Amino acid sequence: MIKCKNVKKSFGAHEVLKDIGFEAARGSIFGLLGPSGAGKTTLIRILTGQIAPDGGNIRVMGMDPQALSGKDKKHFGIMMDNFGLYERFSCIDNLGMFADLYGISRERALSALREVGLTDAAKRPASDLSKGMRARLQLARAFMHEPELIFLDEPTAGLDPQTMKGIHRFILEKKKSGATIFLTTHNMEEAYRLCDRIVLLHQGTIVEAGKPEEICRRYDHQKRILIHLADGRDAVYERGGKDAEEICKLLRNEKVETIHSTEPTLESVFLELTGKNLQEDA
Amino acid sequence: MSNMIVIIKKQLKDTLKNKTILIQFILFPFMTVLMENAVKIDGMPTFFFTKLFAVMYIGMAPLTATASVIAEEKEKNTLRVLTMADIRPWQYLCGIGIHIWMICMLGACVMSTTLPAEKIPFFLLIMGTGFIISVIAGASIGIFSKNQMMATSIVMPFMMILSFAPMLSLFNDRIKKFATVVYTQQLMVLFDEMTFRGFYANGITILLVNALLCVLLFAFAYRRKGLA
Ligand SMILES: Nc1ncnc2c1ncn2[C@@H]1O[C@H](COP(=O)(O)OP(=O)(O)O)[C@@H](O)[C@H]1O
Ligand SMILES: [Mg+2]
Repeated sequence: MIKCKNVKKSFGAHEVLKDIGFEAARGSIFGLLGPSGAGKTTLIRILTGQIAPDGGNIRVMGMDPQALSGKDKKHFGIMMDNFGLYERFSCIDNLGMFADLYGISRERALSALREVGLTDAAKRPASDLSKGMRARLQLARAFMHEPELIFLDEPTAGLDPQTMKGIHRFILEKKKSGATIFLTTHNMEEAYRLCDRIVLLHQGTIVEAGKPEEICRRYDHQKRILIHLADGRDAVYERGGKDAEEICKLLRNEKVETIHSTEPTLESVFLELTGKNLQEDA
Repeated sequence: MSNMIVIIKKQLKDTLKNKTILIQFILFPFMTVLMENAVKIDGMPTFFFTKLFAVMYIGMAPLTATASVIAEEKEKNTLRVLTMADIRPWQYLCGIGIHIWMICMLGACVMSTTLPAEKIPFFLLIMGTGFIISVIAGASIGIFSKNQMMATSIVMPFMMILSFAPMLSLFNDRIKKFATVVYTQQLMVLFDEMTFRGFYANGITILLVNALLCVLLFAFAYRRKGLA
């Protein structure tokens, strides 16, 4: 669905993206993970044809984003934090206007509103909405015309956990109905929960790529097993060797409450790779 | 639905909800009808208020409305969403321009009720021409501005000159000399006569030069800033 090779972009002397390459498969959720300032938004703007890259090869749905016509862009859904709402318009009018542009029915706009749980707020002006409601309205606008490919730029940044969960559920549902989703986030839990594949972006380069679980396993240097014992204690064992015997014994004697692996979280993988925390600025 | 129609529809809806813009459209027509009916002083030129307010209307409403609508869409980043939904810049600009022109013409129709029927077509023709020039000027300022605040501060001096110069030149000959080169002043001259007779090359040249300047200003702003 999306293919990139050697993508570069500089603003003046500032090299924001250096040699970016990845592929996002149709029907999957692809995550671009990186701290703020890593160049995530810049990459989305390039992929959607809003700005031109300095170099590289990009194919989005088989086409060069720079050559996309307005009609082609209608096959995208885009949600970016700098995509505004019409403040004086009600929720339904905000969607209705784009329904007219996309040539879809008002009923479809209403049902999009229902899907994001804003039916009760349909008549309220956008200026009255909370941050979470605004995000949901923007989400509805991005998905309303049932695009094949959706770009979400930090869709849950700064939202409460409740709203975040709702948005996650919504995104997963859209994936199930066949949409390809490209999302950026600096929240590694979100990336882990949602994404089929991720790339870790740091200072304009991709420092790691793959399935989230795979990446975590790759950086599991200790390869240990953590066992939560029935008596409440925790015990850490090596994999294999004589510890295997020990674990079997514990299992047989029904002393095991739960077994865990000790692979790192995406957060700590990122820390290991860059020496930086995801929440920090690049 | 055609993109331009969607923009016009949207803008119509927005204007009805936007009191600061709406008042601009309503104020002068309302004042015109009120003053023409309420104030009758001997020796006052005929249709004094209609002419005066008509020129002020041309210098204010379309100019400020166009500039602030475009600047607001840039500031709030709604214009970006529109371009991603296949709205071409010309569709957007024409949609906004046509909408504001039509609302102003509606106001002009209200104003024209104070005039005798045979003068109305002429009056509306002049108003319509003036609105076009003002809309283009306003669009240039809107495109040039980063946000509404900037648009308002750029519009202010233009608006002052365009709408007050014709009035002040009634009282002061020096201002009148200076005001001659401004299109609203020329329109005022036309309103005074209420006919094209006596409006010769000079006036037409000034009008055309004004219109041309506005178009150039627009082209300059558009090339410098574009719409995104
Ligand atoms: N239009 C621009 N002009 C100059 N610098 C920019 C521009 N857009 C982004 N940048 C810079 O590029 C870097 C990456 O920005 P961005 O893509 O927004 O990061 P992210 O979305 O990952 O937080 C930042 O350092 C930012 O200052
Ligand atoms: Mg960003």
